[in-house]
This record gives sequence, structure tokens and C-alpha cells, in this order.
Amino acid sequence: MKLLTFKGGVHPRDKKELAKYLLIKRIELPEFVYLPLSQHTGASSKPIIEKKDEVEVGMKIAESGGKLSVPLHSSVAGVFMGVVSWPHPLGGRKPAMKIKVDTEKTTEWEGKERDPESFSAEDIIEIVKEAGIVGMGGAAFPTFFKMKVPPGKKITDLIINGAECEPYLTADHRLMLERTEDILKGTDILRRVLNPKRVWIAVESNKIDTVDKMKEFSSSYPWMNIVVHATKYPQGSEKQLIQSITGNEVPEGGLPFDVGAYVQNVGTAVAIYEAVRYSKPLYERVVTVTGPVRAPSNFLVPIGTPFEYLIEVAGGVIGGEKMIINGGPMMGIAQIYPEVPVIKGTSGILVQNAKEVFERKASPCIRCASCVDVCPMCLMPTEIYKFIDMEDFEKAEELGVLSCIECGGCGYVCPSNIPLVQQFKYAKAEIMKEKK
Amino acid sequence: MLQLSPAPHISSSKNVNKIMYGVVAALVPALIGSIYFFGWRALFLTSLSVLSALITECVFQRVTHREIRCLDGSAIITGILIAFNIPVNSPWWLPVAGSFFAIFVVKQLFGGLGYNIFNPALAGRAFLVASWPFLMTGNWTPPISGTLSGISVLDGVTQATPLSLLAISSPEGVIQSLNSSTMLKTLFIGNTGGCLGETSALLLLIGALFLFFFGYADWRISISYIGSVFIFSGILYLLGVTPVNPLFHILSGGVMLGGLFMATDMVTSPVTLKGRWIFGIGGGILCIILRLWAGYPEGVSYSILIMNMFVPLLDRLHPRIYGR
Repeated sequence: MKLLTFKGGVHPRDKKELAKYLLIKRIELPEFVYLPLSQHTGASSKPIIEKKDEVEVGMKIAESGGKLSVPLHSSVAGVFMGVVSWPHPLGGRKPAMKIKVDTEKTTEWEGKERDPESFSAEDIIEIVKEAGIVGMGGAAFPTFFKMKVPPGKKITDLIINGAECEPYLTADHRLMLERTEDILKGTDILRRVLNPKRVWIAVESNKIDTVDKMKEFSSSYPWMNIVVHATKYPQGSEKQLIQSITGNEVPEGGLPFDVGAYVQNVGTAVAIYEAVRYSKPLYERVVTVTGPVRAPSNFLVPIGTPFEYLIEVAGGVIGGEKMIINGGPMMGIAQIYPEVPVIKGTSGILVQNAKEVFERKASPCIRCASCVDVCPMCLMPTEIYKFIDMEDFEKAEELGVLSCIECGGCGYVCPSNIPLVQQFKYAKAEIMKEKK
Repeated sequence: MLQLSPAPHISSSKNVNKIMYGVVAALVPALIGSIYFFGWRALFLTSLSVLSALITECVFQRVTHREIRCLDGSAIITGILIAFNIPVNSPWWLPVAGSFFAIFVVKQLFGGLGYNIFNPALAGRAFLVASWPFLMTGNWTPPISGTLSGISVLDGVTQATPLSLLAISSPEGVIQSLNSSTMLKTLFIGNTGGCLGETSALLLLIGALFLFFFGYADWRISISYIGSVFIFSGILYLLGVTPVNPLFHILSGGVMLGGLFMATDMVTSPVTLKGRWIFGIGGGILCIILRLWAGYPEGVSYSILIMNMFVPLLDRLHPRIYGR
């Protein structure tokens, strides 16, 4: 079998063996959940309930706060304790709706079954919006907005992203094994909205077991093309996936639909299916809790569950926790507060103990060019870094820093431990500020 | 207390010290060879050279209040390479002076590790050749078990290395013998006159294969450098411009040492793939031009030093950015 791939990339140890064989399981509920009003790209949601109000599972508790925004739903039954300033996994403290959990009343979703075929494309987009669905691969871009393809743009390739290239994380892998048909049903809904020429299901070769599982359904979903990619990071990045499947590059500063592509994560496909079929809003998701915890797990958790609670349920950290990361080791964000809650884009919680946290003393660049060799966007990280160091953002922009997808490949290979990605994020922010 | 640090949170196992000591390890076979061919004095001179490099770097960093990182391995490489570039009967102070110049002027005055434009060892050698030309180019002793020129019939007749025989327009018979398979074998094994570390192509290749395997040096530079020496000298051989065949050209003098260990120095070679190919090819062609038409018998060090100057230019050969 010929494996698809892209130019550049790195091969970190994937460590997926920690959790890849473990069934997704529900957890006992925490005492409180904290639902940040900002869980996606775009405007924050606005609360529509009052303090002390009782809430039910899946009840809409905040409405969309703008054009690029989605509503928020309670992930549990209980009592709304008010909006509090609470640590946010993307950094800082942000307003969050605190809900005291009523364990008795919190039940699984029981929505009336509906026939997805009975809805028009516009209906489906509205349902997806009302269900609060955002991209669940990490970027958390409101899905309804992405589904509204601008007039004049035609989607030719719908790509369902099951690459899950971040080391350690196994949530998507488990979904593909345990919710195979739901993913395909969700894809079918997307397919009918977008009307693409081709539909691709993309996985990496380290999840080859999902291919057999998918193939069991190939007679019911004849439009499905499964494509297996070489296991290489960052294969799951939208631009790299489009490149390796279609051969097209998304133009600089452009979006996937400029080359007729539309990429959606497998988890989002499930959420779309559940929303359309059972009118279930997005209030829970699969989160891999992994690293040196006693019992690495794939949990199905209510959005808003604090990280520290999940780490405790996973048996605590062997050797004491030194680092808690929202996401995987390549792009994840290190947390200051262990009480941060799971949000819609949290695909995993990775903990590291003192033994695993590596020394990061930076030494001078020896021009080894490893970063140039691995950059999947064909940038020259070492050069860009030098100009940012001199605060020459104009030159950094000319060298393409705005194209940086922040995958961390350069930082991973750098023998001098230079904080390349951090500097690129800084430069991007400075350049965008200048542009405004 | 949780640790905060930017992503990525994992790192490949490569680090600067590992790369530098990897290169040191790759030079060990050639060092052992030089002890075997030239005796313990080879080790003595190499040790002095390394010591001089280390002390110079350490003192400089101390005096300028910089971080003391002289043990990162890079100064050791420079020290070994300087010693590899001198004849065995050099006075003890020659490698000491060479290493001092290489580290103090060429490396540290330009900003230290990562900032130097020229390969310190090569520039150090160039300094020695310019300052003490006789000691550097006319002061050869035969290896313990071999002959100076690798040609036994001429034993005692000539005071030259195989390569310098070429430069001094030797009689036809001598040139003929340079093309013989015995000669090429001698050059490959290293049992001949020359600088300490450059005589054995075999031992240098063993070390270089180790470097390529671990990615501590880019094989593209070596292949393009040595390859273009071979092809360019081959063309000139066929045209009758040079009387010796291309195999002689790549095996003699410093082509192997330069092409495998000096041109591939990360700091002073281009960062893009395209740049590295051009760097190697340009260096190889320059080497032959210098060998055949310049004043010294050897052209390796100047060819690489000249290419070093082109590195900032070659680095402008940016790869095409995705989507641009």
C-alpha cells in the first residue's frame, strides 16, 4: 500500500500505546463544571439564564454572541451558580458559567430520532449552529460558519480528518473504532450539504485497524475513499492533509475552499450526526487523559470538567505532576492552574512528571538547518527567528512567518532548544496588530 | 508548582553537545590512523592543538563575561582539525598558534559558536600557511611504515607528497606512477606522506559514514564537493590538462578531510538544500582550479574558505513557501 505524505515533518515517539486500546468510558460527575463563554474562534457566547436557575443536560444557557459565534449548552443538570472568572485552558482567567452538578438528574441524552434526509442544507447549517458545534480537532472554529461556503466557491474534496498526528492522543482513534458508523453518517450529512466530488477519510498508518473497521461499512457508504498516510507529524494539519490528498496547496493567506477542499475532524462529524439525528447539542466530548498517570484513559466527559478532577479519576500522576498540557505535546498549551476546565476543543490532557520535563536551556544556533528541513510550510525558521530577534517584523513577514502553522516541528528538532514557535507566535501577533 | 513553557513540550534527542562530540568521535579513526602512520608525535601534536583551542576559548569567554561553554565540543573539533592539517615534524608551537588563531580571531571575535563566517580550522590553517609556508608545505616526513610519496622506487630521491609531485612538474615516469593502482591503494589506506589526519581516505570515510548516519553532517555537501572534484578533474584529465586521473585527485591531499569534515561544518555551510548542493559543487571546482593553476600544491582549504564567503548569498535561495 502506498502511503500518502507531505514534505518535511518530524517523527516523535507517538506514545499512543498508553491509551489506544482503551475503550471510551463515561466518568462519575465532578461537583462543579465551569463552562467558559469563549470556547471557539470568534465572539463569546452571552448567558441567557439567571443565577440560581436550574439547568438540564443540553439546555441552552448562553446564546451566540455575534456573527462568528455559537450558543453554549449545559453539560450537566444542576444549578447555575453565576458567571465566575475562571482559568481558561488557552490562558488567563475568563468568564465562565459555574454549574453545581446534580448527579441524580444528569442523564444521557434522549432526543427524538429525526431523519437527516428530511432537512435541507440550510436547515442542517442552522441545526449545527444551534447545537454549538465547533471544530473538535483543536482549532475550535464554528462549524456552521465553515459549512456556509461562499458563493462562487465549489467544494470538490471533502476530507474527514482522522489523522490524529499529535503524539499521545487517542481520542479520535477510539472514536473511529467505536463510533465508526456515526462518523460515516455525520460525513454523509456534510456530503449532502457540500455536494463534493470526492469524499476522503484520512488516517495515519499507526491507526490501520480503523481502516478495516471503516471498510465493513463500505457497501452502505459507497462514496467513501479511505486514504492512509505515513505516520508523520503534522499530517493532521489541514494544509498538509489537503496537499497530500489532492496535491493542491492552499494559497498563502487563503482558505481551503480556495482549492475546493473542506476538512473536518472525525469528532466533529460525530457531533454533526448527533445534532441532526437526535438534536443533541455539543456538551460532551472524548478526552484522552495520558502521560505518566496511573490509568491513562479515553473519557467521555461533560464540557467544563476541571482537568485536575480528570487526572484524579485517571489515578493521579506517578512521580508527581510537573506539567499539565491542554492538548498534545507538540502544540498543546501548558497550564498554570490544574482547575482549568475541558472546553469543546480539548482533545486531550497530557501530564508530565519531573522526569519527563526536559531541560530547555537555549544555546546559540549552529545553523544545522534541521528546522529548514522539517518545516512543512517550507519556511526557514532559523532565518525568520534571527529577524524577529532584531524586531524586524517586516522581514519576518516577507520570509513567510504568517504562513507558520505553529506545529512545533522546528522547535522539536532544534538541537539548541531555541524557542522558535514562541517567537513566531509573538511576531504574528505583532504583525497583525500593525495591520489593524 | 506547575511548570510553564511554550510548546513543543517534547524534543528530539539531538543537542549541540551531542552533535559536536559526534563529530569528535567521527574523527577518532583518522586520529588512530595518524598515530599508526606517524607515531606518537601525532597524538602529542593533536593534544596540544586541542588544549590550545580549549584554553583560548575558555579564557576568551571568561574575560568577555560570556557563558563558559568551551566544553561543548566545537573547540575540540577545531583543535583536532588544525592538527590534522599540519605535518608530523612540525614544531610543537605550530598547532598551538594555529588553534589560538582559529578560536580567538576566526571564531570568538566573530561572535563565537554559530556566528563565525569561516570554518575556524581552515582559516587557522590558512593563517599557518601564510605565516610559516615552509613548515606547512615543504616539511614532509614519510610515515613509519611507508614512503613519503607512496612510490618506493623514488625513495630518498624526492622530498614531496604525492600531491606536491604533481605541482613541481615531475618527470613523466613519476607522473605515470601516480596513476598506478598501487599508488591509489596507498592513498586510500593512507600510508603516505602528508598532513597528520588527511592521508587515509578509508579512515575518514568510516568516520564520515557515522556522521551521515546520525545526521550530524549533510552527505549532500560531501557528495557534491568530492563528486565535482572527481568530475571536473576527470574532464580536465580527458582533455589532457592534468596528467593524473580523477581518482588520484579525490584521494590525495585534503579532498577527503575537507569534503567530509570541513565543508560539512554546519555553522559555515548553507541552510537550504539547494544552497548546499551549489556550495559543494562550487567548492569542488574551485579546488581543482587552485590545485592546477595556483601557487600552492593544494587547493582544498582555500576552495572551502571562498565558498564560506558565499554562504550568506546561498542562504537567500529560499525554498518556495507552501502556497506562495
